Amino acid sequence: MISKIALFSATALLGMAAPAIAAGAPTDPQIAHIAYTAGNLDIAAGKQALAKSHNKAVRSFAQEMVRDHQAVNGKALALVKKLHVTPEANPTSTSLTTGANATRARLAKLSGAAFDRAYIDNEIAYHKTVNGALESTLIPSAKNGELKSLLEIGLTLFREHQHHAEQVAKEVK
Amino acid sequence: MLLRRFARLAATVGAAMLCASPAFAAPRTYTVVIDKMKFGPVPAVLHKGDAIVWVNKDFLRHSATAKDHSFDVDLPAGARAKTVIGKTGAIAFVCRYHPGMHGTLEVK
Repeated sequence: MISKIALFSATALLGMAAPAIAAGAPTDPQIAHIAYTAGNLDIAAGKQALAKSHNKAVRSFAQEMVRDHQAVNGKALALVKKLHVTPEANPTSTSLTTGANATRARLAKLSGAAFDRAYIDNEIAYHKTVNGALESTLIPSAKNGELKSLLEIGLTLFREHQHHAEQVAKEVK
Repeated sequence: MLLRRFARLAATVGAAMLCASPAFAAPRTYTVVIDKMKFGPVPAVLHKGDAIVWVNKDFLRHSATAKDHSFDVDLPAGARAKTVIGKTGAIAFVCRYHPGMHGTLEVK
């Protein structure tokens, strides 16, 4: 029961509807998939910003997102390989992808300052959401020590990203 | 023979003077390790001319950047780089990319 609540909370925190099948607390393969997916989606968002934005602060932030999330995901891939874990798709990672795809499509229609504001506002919201899920569900549920440790470093890093996004937001208002 | 003995004596006295006087203390090199998004401990006391070797053990790119711009070292993942401290006083530093990572060097 607690397990069900845990996965439900993760999904709810990510701003999505509860999954149709809440099979239990996220397992390590599911957590790895959620974390990897979240990183990949932010890399895609960063690349979109680099293709569209001319704002120096926004571009610098986007470069940081691409660089840091690629580094974390590289580490995550090496870890799952070492542990012989196959990341497993789940309702939370699917919801994340659906949400991010919709955001990317919405942002594609914007340009200039309107794009910059929308991108940064979404980055703040996205990092808040993912950080909340990491803190309340993913880190406490992780069984493997190395995975837990990587998620903890990730949380420290993504809090920095959220803070940086909040600073950039002040510049593009 | 006498001359050689005198030279040896002079060298010994000279070396002793260098060691005894703090003014002639040889610059030292210290290591500060960056790991898990944190700067590790810095030396309690530094002197002008001492050096810090920054070691980035993270898989992330960091920097050691003095707020007063007296040094700015880029530290790709796994890199190490040396900074010679060229001034006295308290020097606050941050990671340029992750400003939540910070510390202060106390230089005499």
